[in-house]
Amino acid sequence: MRIVVDNKLCTGCETCLSSCPYDAIVLKDDKAFINEYCQLCRACLEVCPEGAIKEIETGVGVEDTTDRDSFRGVWVFAEQRDGRIADVSFELLGAGRRLADAREAGLSAVLFGADNSEAERLIHWGADRVYHSEAPVFEHFNDEPYVELLSRLISEHRPEILLTGATPTGRSFFPRVAARVGTGLTADCTSLEIDSETGNLLQVRPAFGGNIMATILCPYRRPQMATVRPRVMKKGQYDKTGTGEILKIKADDIQSKTRVTETIKEVSETMVNLQEADVIVAGGRGLGKIEGFQMLQELAGLLGGAIGASRAAVDEEWIPYSHQVGQTGKTVCPKIYIACGISGAVQHLVGMQSSDIIIAINKNPDAPIFNVANYAIVGDVYEVLPVIIQKLKEVKGI
Amino acid sequence: MKIIVCIKQVPDTAEVRINPETNTLIRDGVPSIINPFDLHAIEAGLHLKSELGGTVTVLTMGPPQAEDALREAISMGADEAVLLTDRAFAGSDTLATAYTMSSAVRTIGFDIILCGKQAIDGDTAQVGPEMAEFLNIPHVAYVGKFEEINAGMLRVQRLMDEGYDVVETSVPVLLTVVKELNQPRLPSLKGKMKAKKSVIKKLTHPDIGTEEKNLGLAGSPTQVKNIFAPEAKKDRKVLTGTPGEQAAQLIEELKSLKCI
Ligand SMILES: Cc1cc2nc3c(=O)[nH]c(=O)nc-3n(C[C@H](O)[C@H](O)[C@H](O)COP(=O)(O)OP(=O)(O)OC[C@H]3O[C@@H](n4cnc5c(N)ncnc54)[C@H](O)[C@@H]3O)c2cc1C
Ligand SMILES: Nc1ncnc2c1ncn2[C@@H]1O[C@H](COP(=O)(O)O)[C@@H](O)[C@H]1O
Repeated sequence: MRIVVDNKLCTGCETCLSSCPYDAIVLKDDKAFINEYCQLCRACLEVCPEGAIKEIETGVGVEDTTDRDSFRGVWVFAEQRDGRIADVSFELLGAGRRLADAREAGLSAVLFGADNSEAERLIHWGADRVYHSEAPVFEHFNDEPYVELLSRLISEHRPEILLTGATPTGRSFFPRVAARVGTGLTADCTSLEIDSETGNLLQVRPAFGGNIMATILCPYRRPQMATVRPRVMKKGQYDKTGTGEILKIKADDIQSKTRVTETIKEVSETMVNLQEADVIVAGGRGLGKIEGFQMLQELAGLLGGAIGASRAAVDEEWIPYSHQVGQTGKTVCPKIYIACGISGAVQHLVGMQSSDIIIAINKNPDAPIFNVANYAIVGDVYEVLPVIIQKLKEVKGI
Repeated sequence: MKIIVCIKQVPDTAEVRINPETNTLIRDGVPSIINPFDLHAIEAGLHLKSELGGTVTVLTMGPPQAEDALREAISMGADEAVLLTDRAFAGSDTLATAYTMSSAVRTIGFDIILCGKQAIDGDTAQVGPEMAEFLNIPHVAYVGKFEEINAGMLRVQRLMDEGYDVVETSVPVLLTVVKELNQPRLPSLKGKMKAKKSVIKKLTHPDIGTEEKNLGLAGSPTQVKNIFAPEAKKDRKVLTGTPGEQAAQLIEELKSLKCI
């Protein structure tokens, strides 16, 4: 896709110039010209009184340097910390199975570090094959050895699609792998599908601070690489009787210029709770004061839930950052998310909109949070919540 | 010690709103700012310089007006600024950006390269690690604290989901930094004066020895297919009435869903 100016229609009126957040429109020979700094945000499309600014499909991109068809299969790079595989890996095996089926190909997992029983869990969660290295160099996460071995495996086995979690480790070493094998990488995808016509991977991700969603393609290079945040995809089927092969990979020759000397855990109770809780009661600036969170705490207590917050509430210092939900906070996916006095800015929505049931309480009937809510309560949190708490207590006989 | 800080000029996304009807961004004078994480990278560069000596060079790849960002960095205390600008860089994705930037830092010379954790317009966090790969040097992402620094070795804390790792790395190295690392200083008056007078060095494609086929749109493996607005939920129930009635309806709904 590209944004271009139709010179025949452009009158040089300059209306579009100020619409561009990137200052990418300049006047050239009395016509608007969109220069190389266009980020495809489309802000200019509507403003042109002549309709001279257009969006066009483009086929250009890197030339077809790799033999695309020789790449087959979907791979999930499974992250482990302290020898335990992170849940996001199982979620990706769920998504990976769908993609593999659509491509009529196999699903493999790659595991560095951890022991054989963990490799077996990957098979129970749906992998047909696991490439597993138990080399000591993988005990802690260091980018270089991870990059080295994964790149070698890619060159040898040529997967078509390669996924991992958008966690601090995934986001740190996957870009290097992409650069080494010379392919594209799409960060923080919220949806992955196969284009039935071309067989390409359609990678959807939030862009521009989450204000818009973009579909990204990597049409001419392989593998197609993507990271996905934890809790965005649903886990696949767990089958204790599932079978598959585990291939042991040697990595004795691999070294690292960085060295982890210590790993420190600083998990507060709330952080764990937040991402694992079935119910999250979240508060925003609409609570108006720190005491509002005591009311949320009471409700959360009754529902066995955890406390979330918008960035505005965190910025007000009503609650610590570890509770923040959204683009720069945690991504959560509870069964019930209750948003109290949260407007529903996209940066917040991207962190919670895949929750099963969303209940929103807001004074403003036009608040965007209602666009994602299953249950919309237009009202004052200080009038509605106390009654809800009261009624819940009655139900529970407290 | 030659320290390079990569900074990007971005629109302040906090100010950007979307028009839900037309699915386009409303600009309304959204200011251009230095990517917030890059301010922490600049501060880190100045700190490393004060400990190890040397110079801090700020580098940006962007349009001519990105000079403003570079001058702001000089007013904070950077020694020199380089603007990487060329029509051939048009439409670069992260891989092409990292390729171009790494060629530039190789031309300039470096010991330590600092980047922000991510740029707030794209939030990809890929350019830093990809640059390190092109330069064939180690990198540490999400640096939240310097524990020990000397000319040959850095010991830093890398923030993880559940705490942090202490990582030792040799120099040359590339670090991407998070906001926990420091508090960026404000420009000084003297700095502002210096910024006004400073000559910004410009580098183009021929200056940095890049290969044309790896630049811009042609060198970008990823393409944007389309852009759309986040979807609204379809099965929405509006609970009406007095607060008491609303609460009662909600409890009934939750009961019927077996949530309570
Ligand atoms: C790069 C970037 C990253 C960001 N990351 C995040 C993120 O991770 N998470 C996040 O949450 N935000 C994030 N934001 C901020 C986001 O854009 C919003 O500013 C923020 O989410 C707003 O929080 P809020 O909904 O609590 O406050 P507001 O937008 O001020 O909304 C308050 C709401 O409360 C309602 N209200 C007021 N009083 C009452 C009452 N008595 N009863 C009921 N309703 C009431 C109002 O109608 C209003 O809708 C980010 C922004 C940027 C630029
Ligand atoms: N065009 C650019 N010019 C200078 N630095 C950049 C540019 N793009 C990205 N960076 C650096 O790379 C970091 C990560 O950016 P990104 O990968 O786009 O999220 C930023 O914080 C900057 O330090």
